[in-house]
Amino acid sequence: MTSIPRQSDTPDARIPSGPLASKWSRHKMDSRLINPANRRRYHVIVVGSGLAGAAAAASLSEQGYKVSCFCYQDSPRRAHSIAAQGGINAAKNYQNDGDSVHRLFYDTIKGGDFRAREANVYRLAEVSANIIDQCVAQGVPFAREYGGLLANRSFGGAQVSRTFYAAGQTGQQLLLGAYQALEKEIAAGGVKMFPRTEMLDLVVVDGHAKGIITRNMVTGELAAHAGDAVLLATGGYGNVFFLSTNAMGCNVTATWRAHKRGALFANPCYTQIHPTCIPVAGSYQSKLTLMSESLRNDGRVWVPKRKEDCGKPASEIPEEDRDYYLERKYPSFGNLAPRDISSRAAKEVCDEGRGVGPGGLGVYLDFADAIKRLGEPAIRERYGNLFQIYHEITGEDAYRQPMRIFPAVHYTMGGLWVDYNLMSNVPGLHVLGEANFSDHGANRLGASALMQGLADGYFVVPATLPNYLATQKPGAVTTGHAAFADVLREVDDRVSRLLAVNGKRTVTSFHRELGLLMWDRCGMARSREGLQDAIAKIRALRDEFWRDVKVPGTGAEFNQQLEMAGRVADFLEFGELMCLDALEREESCGGHFRVEHQTGEGEALRHDDDYSYVAAWEFTGDVTRPRLCKEWLAYEEVHFATRSYK
Amino acid sequence: MNLTLKVWRQKNRNAPGHLAEYEARDIPVDASFLEMLDIVNERLIEKGEDPIAFDHDCREGICGMCSLTINGKPHGGKGGVTSCQLHMREFEDGQTIVIEPFRARAFPVAKDLAVDRSAFDRIIQGGGYISVRTGSAPEANAAPIAKDVADRAFAAAACIGCGACVAACKNASAMLFVAAKVTHLNSVPQGRPERDRRALGMVRAMDEAGFGNCTNQYECVAACPKQIPAEAIARLNRDFARASLKETLAG
Ligand code: FES
Repeated sequence: MTSIPRQSDTPDARIPSGPLASKWSRHKMDSRLINPANRRRYHVIVVGSGLAGAAAAASLSEQGYKVSCFCYQDSPRRAHSIAAQGGINAAKNYQNDGDSVHRLFYDTIKGGDFRAREANVYRLAEVSANIIDQCVAQGVPFAREYGGLLANRSFGGAQVSRTFYAAGQTGQQLLLGAYQALEKEIAAGGVKMFPRTEMLDLVVVDGHAKGIITRNMVTGELAAHAGDAVLLATGGYGNVFFLSTNAMGCNVTATWRAHKRGALFANPCYTQIHPTCIPVAGSYQSKLTLMSESLRNDGRVWVPKRKEDCGKPASEIPEEDRDYYLERKYPSFGNLAPRDISSRAAKEVCDEGRGVGPGGLGVYLDFADAIKRLGEPAIRERYGNLFQIYHEITGEDAYRQPMRIFPAVHYTMGGLWVDYNLMSNVPGLHVLGEANFSDHGANRLGASALMQGLADGYFVVPATLPNYLATQKPGAVTTGHAAFADVLREVDDRVSRLLAVNGKRTVTSFHRELGLLMWDRCGMARSREGLQDAIAKIRALRDEFWRDVKVPGTGAEFNQQLEMAGRVADFLEFGELMCLDALEREESCGGHFRVEHQTGEGEALRHDDDYSYVAAWEFTGDVTRPRLCKEWLAYEEVHFATRSYK
Repeated sequence: MNLTLKVWRQKNRNAPGHLAEYEARDIPVDASFLEMLDIVNERLIEKGEDPIAFDHDCREGICGMCSLTINGKPHGGKGGVTSCQLHMREFEDGQTIVIEPFRARAFPVAKDLAVDRSAFDRIIQGGGYISVRTGSAPEANAAPIAKDVADRAFAAAACIGCGACVAACKNASAMLFVAAKVTHLNSVPQGRPERDRRALGMVRAMDEAGFGNCTNQYECVAACPKQIPAEAIARLNRDFARASLKETLAG
């Protein structure tokens, strides 16, 4: 099959012409520049201080722009990027095992199940090597070999070793590198930092994004900020499921508010369910903890062959009665099959009644063979901190008995639609990292989130933002413009309305109910009836929320319930769009599995002729009636293929 | 399990605070400490009372946001874990638990158990970075780093900036926090050119932020959830002494 060019009705994605491998360099050559002396006059608003936000804020400030950076945490160092464990990919080919920019590009496109934009992904692979150079120069303590050179490991969905890591704390070390660069610029006066400040709306002036409305989370004060461009690096929306591996504060508010001001929301149904998380233990649970996928390098996944054995301790189940189902079904990738495939395989064996642990919702990840082969110290060195986390949570010792794992929501591939410059359809509004839709298609490969966040922040946006800024007179719009007062009033009204409901149910009870519904109907497997039912239930729940939610306290104080209420109100709208997107996509691809579309063997069935597009949703003024725009994906270099990891 | 909680309540930075008592009934033993507080808060809200404010985010021991002093010990004193990683199975049925914020002059209370730790960011601004401009980095493998040096840098870099070290210290010193960053960056070759500037700048920023002096009691090391070793402080003292001497000699 080859791709069929069709007419897209999304705005122009501004993909440079010419061969794939030279698009980025050509684009940089063709891009506008801003004279160093003039940069100081431009004010750039960056929302979020994770890898993408901190890297962009620091890099733009180094170039001379005036930057304001906002985060909801008490310090930019705490952004959720910090929790990424496994590693960061880069096409360095230090292992001499045949890696290249092209191979990383191809693996990413294939891993994304042919639903990502070719040119963006190629650029990502291209700048990956620069990221490693940059981070090493910042002092990021990556793992090293005895010879003093950088070490690598392999990760799901790849047959080369291209993942750089810092034990199980890669995200932490990369974020601290970016955070330190940011603090350096704050000290130099180039960046003004606003911690404990949440963006509650976007201000659009004459069709351009020119500012934001924020709430100071300590005093409750609402404020308007004007800028020449707004960059959203506000992460993903995994917490729509209530339980996920995201930090408690992660939310969709910034991107959802931008959507309601005109930005297209692309592919919201593409969510990643990570195969190796610690299973749910009880109804009081507030979040799920990931066990890095890197564990699958040495751990073997299995369940008992027979249901009857599920209650027995693992040690009493002899080798011949175990089903190493990933090795059986996907012999060439085995335990390293990509995330979506591994997650679904775990769900299947649990659906068959062969799951282990509480409620039968778990599978084993067993290190006995690796410990025998390499010795316990080697395993301790590689994964010690993960085994410790596991022990803290479950009280079990994974050196002596297999871990129990189960899939959990981990990452969201969908996000605001952006063009090649990472600019949304609202001029001036740029979207970076997990908050945009651009690079991972329908499924993200392991160790690619950190790569994308840093690529966008360090290398892409600093090169593409001038294309927009050069068209703008710096400082032309100030908070004195009437649009700021209008939006500020709307935000203030909304806060008052949340406080005024004064019903009986807590915010968390609504969030939990929404999450269960989403997990059940829009999680690992989705069906037409299930999604239709979910949409009806979400609408009812949303009505109930605005009738019966109880938000204590006032708006003019430190009020964590009020913060949560605003976020849950947005999730209650966004969840509907996710289900609608999943309903509309009549195929299975990557993290989106529609039960109506599978092969006889239960594998995902794509329909490239009808669905090889990016679904970009436009807000029409009514959350129940968004309009679908399609960006048809034109593949110049790759050919559609059925993803096989067998 | 059933517990009695004595929790520090303080409306804002300038309001006076006090310990308030709450009964926490039917708490599942497998719940985490913060989930126990969630349950208590849900019940407070249902009764129309103000829930307890506390900081948290990742709930897996890496972001450094949670900051509870539990029965007088930062993060509960179990060692090697943060408040969010504590589980109720560590406590006994019927126990009374006193929960306070991380206390230090440099960490004013924002509300109840949440404090303002921006002083730590100001210390990093004092020199806790390597001055490298994006795009100017040399090839990553151009400067090999011996594995033991890299491992040592990594162990120090594991600091999550939670502030338990400060809360544990009777002088509320931030010495271990500063030492961790100085050890991390001063041990790797990329950090060498700025090592004197860094040691001086960060120590001065620490003093300016209102942290106390280090008197080598190492309560900080015992309280650190990431087990930053005491050697880091020795290294900081060495680097600071050398840098000060050079500064004096240079006049
Ligand atoms: S909440 Fe992140 S370390 Fe405790």
